[in-house]
Amino acid sequence: MAKYNNHILVCGGTGCRASRGEEIVANLKQAVADNSLEDQIQVVRTGCFGFCEKGPIVKMIPDNTFYVHVTPEDAGEIISEHLVKGRKVNRLLYIDPETSEHISDSRHMEFYKKQIRIALRNCGFINPENIDEYVARDGYAALGKVLSEMTPEEAIKIIKDSGLRGRGGGGFPTGLKWEITNKVKGDVKYVVCNADEGDPGAFMDRSILEGDPHSVLEAMAICGYCIGGSHGLIYIRAEYPLAIQRLKIAIDQARSLGVLGKDIFGTGFSFDVELRYGAGAFVCGEETALIHSMEGLRGEPTVKPPFPSVSGYKGKPTNVNNVETFANIPVIINKGSDWFSSIGTEKSKGTKVFALAGKINNVGLIEVPMGITLREVIFDIGGGIKDGKKFKSVQTGGPSGGCLTEKHLDIPIDYDSLLACGSMMGSGGMIVMDEDDCMVSVAKFYLDFTVEESCGKCAPCRIGNKRLYEILDKITKGNATEEDLGILRNLANVIKDTSLCGLGQTSPNPVLSTMDNFMHEYLAHVKDGKCPAGQCKDLMMYVIDPVACVGCTLCARVCPVDAISGDKKQPHIIDTSICIKCGACMAKCKFNAISIQ
Amino acid sequence: MAKVKTLDDLKRMREGLQSKISLREKSDHPEKIVQIKVSMATCGIASGAKETMTYLIEELDNRAVEAVVTQTGCMGYCHSEPTIEVHVPGTDPVVYGDVDIKKAEEIITKHIIGGELVDGIIPAAYKTPNEHRNEK
Amino acid sequence: MDIVKLNIDNKAVVVEKGTTLLEAAKSVGVNIPTLCHMKMHDLNVENNPGGCRICVVEVEGRRNLAPACKTECTQDMSVNTHSLRVVNARRTVMELILSDHPAECLTCVKNGKCELQSMAQNLGIREIPFAGEQSHYKTDRSPAIIRDMDKCIMCRRCEMACNVLQTVGCLSAINRGFESVVAPAFEMDLEKSTCTYCGQCVAVCPTGALSEVDNTRKVIAALVDPSKTVIVQTAPAVRAALGEEFGMEPGTLVTGKMASALKKLGFDKVFDTDFAADLTIMEEGTELLNRLQKHLNGDKDVKLPILTSCCPGWVNFFESNFPDLLDVPSTAKSPQQMFGAIAKSYLADKMGIKRQDMVVVSIMPCLAKKYEASRPEFAVDGNPDVDLSISTRELAQMIKGANINFMELSDEEFDNPMGESTGAGVIFANTGGVIEAAVRSAYELHTKKKLEKLEFEALRGFEGIRSAEVDFDGLPINIGIAHGLGNARKLLEDVEAGKSHYHAIEIMACPGGCIGGGGQPYHHGDIGILKKRAAAIYREDEGKAIRKSHENPFIIKLYKEFLGEPGSELAHKLLHTHYFDKKNKVEIKND
Repeated sequence: MAKYNNHILVCGGTGCRASRGEEIVANLKQAVADNSLEDQIQVVRTGCFGFCEKGPIVKMIPDNTFYVHVTPEDAGEIISEHLVKGRKVNRLLYIDPETSEHISDSRHMEFYKKQIRIALRNCGFINPENIDEYVARDGYAALGKVLSEMTPEEAIKIIKDSGLRGRGGGGFPTGLKWEITNKVKGDVKYVVCNADEGDPGAFMDRSILEGDPHSVLEAMAICGYCIGGSHGLIYIRAEYPLAIQRLKIAIDQARSLGVLGKDIFGTGFSFDVELRYGAGAFVCGEETALIHSMEGLRGEPTVKPPFPSVSGYKGKPTNVNNVETFANIPVIINKGSDWFSSIGTEKSKGTKVFALAGKINNVGLIEVPMGITLREVIFDIGGGIKDGKKFKSVQTGGPSGGCLTEKHLDIPIDYDSLLACGSMMGSGGMIVMDEDDCMVSVAKFYLDFTVEESCGKCAPCRIGNKRLYEILDKITKGNATEEDLGILRNLANVIKDTSLCGLGQTSPNPVLSTMDNFMHEYLAHVKDGKCPAGQCKDLMMYVIDPVACVGCTLCARVCPVDAISGDKKQPHIIDTSICIKCGACMAKCKFNAISIQ
Repeated sequence: MAKVKTLDDLKRMREGLQSKISLREKSDHPEKIVQIKVSMATCGIASGAKETMTYLIEELDNRAVEAVVTQTGCMGYCHSEPTIEVHVPGTDPVVYGDVDIKKAEEIITKHIIGGELVDGIIPAAYKTPNEHRNEK
Repeated sequence: MDIVKLNIDNKAVVVEKGTTLLEAAKSVGVNIPTLCHMKMHDLNVENNPGGCRICVVEVEGRRNLAPACKTECTQDMSVNTHSLRVVNARRTVMELILSDHPAECLTCVKNGKCELQSMAQNLGIREIPFAGEQSHYKTDRSPAIIRDMDKCIMCRRCEMACNVLQTVGCLSAINRGFESVVAPAFEMDLEKSTCTYCGQCVAVCPTGALSEVDNTRKVIAALVDPSKTVIVQTAPAVRAALGEEFGMEPGTLVTGKMASALKKLGFDKVFDTDFAADLTIMEEGTELLNRLQKHLNGDKDVKLPILTSCCPGWVNFFESNFPDLLDVPSTAKSPQQMFGAIAKSYLADKMGIKRQDMVVVSIMPCLAKKYEASRPEFAVDGNPDVDLSISTRELAQMIKGANINFMELSDEEFDNPMGESTGAGVIFANTGGVIEAAVRSAYELHTKKKLEKLEFEALRGFEGIRSAEVDFDGLPINIGIAHGLGNARKLLEDVEAGKSHYHAIEIMACPGGCIGGGGQPYHHGDIGILKKRAAAIYREDEGKAIRKSHENPFIIKLYKEFLGEPGSELAHKLLHTHYFDKKNKVEIKND
């Protein structure tokens, strides 16, 4: 096998590929060939590095130089300068926003300093389309160990002792789930991997599947052995073509290697995995809805119990875990439960992957130990708020999480603390909002999503969320009364209390948490007819200051609806009944005479 | 692809494959292993830095020394090319000049494996660890 | 049997393990309101999607309220069914449901019979705090059933009836969230779907979302038209259920009152479909004996078993689902159509009127009969044999609308000649009745011996699929019976696979047979009502002087004067039909 002196790792995640990542790979290979360095330099397409804000990313091994915002045109220079001449390409280095210094080694970047990568251990490190690299990183060793040296009960005990909890949102102890499914009698049992990542802006699971598909396959096989099942199903959304492609390659390779299929490791244990495609319904992330969808039925949940552990896919005992949960399993088996449980907090062990998004400098995918504070995540890892604006709120837990404020910044991130302050862990979405965001509009935005994604089975979710949205809409338009706020809160509570599945039981969270934490904004809309953040168009009024206005007529000429009148050299007036609040006049005024009230 | 039949098969396979990504593993925690930087500017390359580097990589690997060899730009010692910097964990980095293959072999045997400095350190005023200790 | 002890509203309750909170509460007299839930005991079907969330209760130690219909009792559970939290939630959910429901109660077909209406009343909903968008759908008018989905509350009962009970697979939920609605695939019209018009969806719908096509106005128009002679036929099942619409006990026979009411309504002749049922037995029984004889003689071309064909829902079902078996069912028309064909030929001649001037109205427990009457093959030059078919419910509506005090009516007789019937014709209403009637005649015609006991208990009952062996004087005849299309499908799949060993099979689309038809008074899930109706039908049979079709004097006269022999050329022309392959009738058009 060829041995290279240099590896060039190019991010092959969906985000970087969209920014011409494939061309970067091609150009780098071409440049390597042009310099006759093929026998020394290997160009590797890996999974996501997480620092998506700075993508496409190219990492030089062995000196760990981390190039950001790389374009295909930079490929020649990277090879000729960095590799031939040994000079770093400074303009492609990351610049520390605090010190303005170039940082070449990613380990010295604030973004990576506080991260611990367990689930993402192989993402951005190995070529996901090459099982050899996975095996070289102890791949399938955990499966081999479990099959050759342990009983299912012993393996389950390790998972139980590790304290791993479901990473899909619910936080149910994984080992316990396996144990329950193990104990249910059944000749046929199923292992299902929930890869129906539906939170807007979240891509934890996608990154794992794109960057390290084998870790999930290995964990599913381990799970199969533990529960006594030999059929694995991955329910993945069809909108993840790259993850699907990499999974298909991985499954083929694993079968060829004999770590999937019949008589694995000569132990007589058989396990194989099939893919099932989801059509992108958010509710199909709920395990009973997911199972119905896989069965070819309408994707809607059923009341639990019975839990899938007892009666799941085709009525058989079924263990459903999410991608990130599975990705943790092989390492836990290899390194032991003590190692894993030493990370995190008392009740939430290990790490959690979050997708950082919103008004934050370092948008991307991070993996941090449980118990880290929101402040560390947002300000240290995330690099603080964009454009020097003021932090207002952070929403965790996807569309049905709650909006937390400044006062929550120092709580440790774990399942129970987040729940206690009105939000939730969810699958790991984290959206940061700044002073320009209107919290009523934010709540409305999330409700818009849940209204769209409700399956329609139960009345509170089907109709209630729609009504929540309508009331919020009324508030943002300035048509609501204080009585409406009472109706809104009661309705939100009833939906939470009576809905059939997790979707409806959590969808009012954005409303309730913003009402709890930002009541003054609601009241400003309702009582004063004002949107403090200046976001609600219907509550804005463009006004001309008669003192500052010199009567240049520019605004009147630019107004598309002729809402501005006035004589030359006389102060102009905006007819607010005609004004469509496009803002063209304000942009045009040279005398700062037009303002929003 | 041959199927793995036992856990031992897998372990053997892994051993064979590990060198494939060991470079990446090493670069992940370079402070824990021997780091060697080879000056690879025009002057260095002209003086045989490339050959030295290839030798270092292969020989360290043969002797199973956990090390990472990287190229770097001109160190400014154009008179003594090829120059390399050797950094053994827990000690200060040392720069050697005029490192041909023979010298490289000596550095590996004596310095990296044996733990004692060898001749050829630049600048000439460099103090050996013993001298450091004496000062303290 | 495992026992669970729990506490509901401070009452100690002991139930069997697996009992739901809803059932447990009921056992101690606590009626938790429900909307979507419907358990039809003897049919082994239950609709409990847990979707309406009206039945939520507070269970100590649980974070959220629990749906009583879907929550199993556990040991030492403590339940409060009417805490402030529960009452508030229940009312709010009801307000939500009503906020997406048209407030058209006064003109709604279900006014006074609507479960949503009475629930709103029980919960004391006076105003709806939510003013928002309401769902709007195109009203879908098929020949038998109207879907007004604006009134749908997504209880999914129709879906259960269509898929689980009947296995027709026509209705299912489509779209998501607020837009979700129960509809045929691709929101096609019912008429373009595989709907059999069995009407079981209408029978279980709690609101006015699903209803029958209302023909009463057209009937009244015919009655007041002096140029028309309007004659009416009433199906056997109607007399055992019509009384319920007037507050009478289920199972009360109102044959005489019904005849009286029809005469008061102004029908020129009040006849009985039972007469045509006897005629059906003559044709179908003869066909059975012929096929049987040929089979016994070793004729390989003859198809057995013979399947009954008097149920139009069933005919629609096999045309769509079992087109390979089109030559297996009897070619005999249904009693409704035999009646129409004889009325507009033999009777019209006798009365000296043209068929165009005769209007044949049928009172049916069935919605599929509306469609059957409209089939083009049952018309002569565009003039249908049966002009208008109305349901039991529609007849009740007409009687009420005409200010007839039904309860005070004295019994009257049907008119002749087509009002005379036998007990065999009456039992057509019950599952197993058609085949029992056929056996009564076929036995005597085949063996030339007199039956000692007319009641074939083995053919009666409520089991979904039944089989019995009848001894035809040494010749064992195997009979299969199925009611409900789901059961029919099972039986048919056996026939298709060649596994069936039956000589004759009776199939009725609706549970219980015609007494459980889609046009009958609403049973609201109480299947005990169907059993009472069935018992009434058997009582009517017992009270009849003549109980075998071939002994009906007017049937004998009809053959003598007009038809000749059963199976004669004229009988074939008027009383037999053929079937169509409708497997691929569903067309999907891309707009």
